[in-house]
Amino acid sequence: MEKKNIIELKNITVAFDGEKILDDMSLSIGDGEFVTLLGSSGCGKTTTLRIIAGFLEPDEGEVFFDSKNMSGVPPYKREVNTIFQRYALFPHYNVYDNIAYGLRVRKVPEAEIKTRVAEMLKLVNLEGFEKRSVAKLSGGQQQRVAIARAVILKPKVLLLDEPLAALDLKLRKDMQNELKNIQKQLGITFIFVTHDQEEALSMSDTVVVMNEGKVQQIGTPIDIYNEPQNAFVADFIGESNILDGVMKEDYVACFAGKQFKCLDTGFDKNEDVDIVIRPEDVDIVSEESGMLRGTVTSVTFRGVHFEIIVDIGGFKWMIQTTDEHKEGENVGLFIEPDAIHVMKKSKYSGMYGDYSSYSDELDELNVIDDEDDE
Amino acid sequence: MKKRSLSKKLLGAPYILWAAIFIIVPLLIVVYYSFTDADGNFTWSNITQLVDYKETFGISILYSLIATLVSLVISYPFAYVMSKKNEYVQKIMMMLVMLPMWMNLLIRTYSWMNILERNGIINNFLGMFGIEPLKMIGTPGAVIFGMVYNYIPYMILPIYTVMAKIDRSVLEAAEDLGSNAFSKLRRVILPLSLPGVVSGITMVFVPSVSTFYISQKLGGGKIMLIGDVIERQMQTAYNYNLGAALSLVLMVMILISLAVMNRFSDNDGSLIV
Repeated sequence: MEKKNIIELKNITVAFDGEKILDDMSLSIGDGEFVTLLGSSGCGKTTTLRIIAGFLEPDEGEVFFDSKNMSGVPPYKREVNTIFQRYALFPHYNVYDNIAYGLRVRKVPEAEIKTRVAEMLKLVNLEGFEKRSVAKLSGGQQQRVAIARAVILKPKVLLLDEPLAALDLKLRKDMQNELKNIQKQLGITFIFVTHDQEEALSMSDTVVVMNEGKVQQIGTPIDIYNEPQNAFVADFIGESNILDGVMKEDYVACFAGKQFKCLDTGFDKNEDVDIVIRPEDVDIVSEESGMLRGTVTSVTFRGVHFEIIVDIGGFKWMIQTTDEHKEGENVGLFIEPDAIHVMKKSKYSGMYGDYSSYSDELDELNVIDDEDDE
Repeated sequence: MKKRSLSKKLLGAPYILWAAIFIIVPLLIVVYYSFTDADGNFTWSNITQLVDYKETFGISILYSLIATLVSLVISYPFAYVMSKKNEYVQKIMMMLVMLPMWMNLLIRTYSWMNILERNGIINNFLGMFGIEPLKMIGTPGAVIFGMVYNYIPYMILPIYTVMAKIDRSVLEAAEDLGSNAFSKLRRVILPLSLPGVVSGITMVFVPSVSTFYISQKLGGGKIMLIGDVIERQMQTAYNYNLGAALSLVLMVMILISLAVMNRFSDNDGSLIV
């Protein structure tokens, strides 16, 4: 389990025009891992990547690569390569020359370049495209050229800056699998930046959730989803109902005016906490047998499941279920002890997790916000 | 569909008419004069006489090439630096480049005459320190300087335009893949800015090779370029036929050099004059 760290960021601070983009951020990245930096626009994830690549020097703090301090080392001397957001292929070169670029700069003999480019074209499924002009390639193909161009240099770390953002949904899913396969084949570290939480959860070994220039939580996708550390993480990763609660004692939490059994320990007696309950972990039962009672206020069909908003004493819960319910129906909610996750209070408490103002429109607005990242 | 294309044709009509009357017809007149004598009879003599002017042609081309080269050497790094500055500084630099062009070419050249003359500003200044006056007017250097001074904005602007258009992330990609500043310049910036360079070279070379005013004023009457010969044939000698033949050959030479330049950047013909 204990792997050596390939990259370490120590107390990195970066400010543009007095605004802190990264605020005393530290992060260790293990060798051979698929690490995702996840956050919405302006959270500092792309800035973190640019610092590792060397395009940006931090105002404070240090970057270590294989335990070597990287301060003042220009990008071309670093053993990392980057896949840029819009691929940044050389428009005046064809596919072959783009991929060969790094080797030519290093004065590798043409014969060796030829075999290595052929290997790369095979890796990214672009055999026969050597002479093609990059302007005539589709988005997905350009993406593959960008990958081949970076990977051919056998970097120890590959940095990927939202590489899939410009692709349509179907292609994006394919490329997710392909990237994951390439990473396994090469066995090198991938640091992947995205604002898409599903992408982060499905591809990564480790997810780093960032907000306001700080790391909010680092963990495996399962940990991040099941054991969020604060209301921000709980809300950003998937849907969550987040309630104010009190930890009566170990294994007993109190919220929504009732006491519940739970699996959490290690809090002070009567400590104020945030309670997270995932929409898919709540069962809708008959009104009488429910632990909580409320009224259905909205039902949205999502394909796999229904999204149902239930009003319980003024707090609106989101519940995902495959059973259909009607608006205005009175229902009961049943919550298993392992569905309850208790979090310490944080500065994000009370900001997220209530579906009172929930609407599809708001969701769409958020999506648009995410698009124009940094 | 058809209707739309008709209206598009109509939109182009005024210019086509303009071009026909004021460009095509005069060109035909030039061709006509080139191959006729004063009485309007067909003759090759105008063309054969041009052999007498081969040295003038040679000097014109040589001076223009030097002026173009000097402009390029100055403009390329300048445009590169300019494209890297922030928007505000770029605007100011651009204005400084354009500023001389707000004044008429004649006035600019006259001013330089005053500056470079035997009793001009520079020599007066040097005289204060007891330095002998320098001979500047009437030297090839002054003529070439005049060409560079007057036409350098036409070199800077197209180079700057293509440089500003180069995607910053492409330059970062070059660094990322191992290029230091020199290799980045050679492998990425130079090839991507080539269309601007070609465009700049033609835009400086063409007016330089046909100028007569700069050589008259700064050449002090001692340096004759092909433009001066044409002017003299037309204005003083009233030999329209020889003047037309000289113009025709000059034009053919310019067209050939344009074609050669276009060869260098066939990828991006849209940027070429």
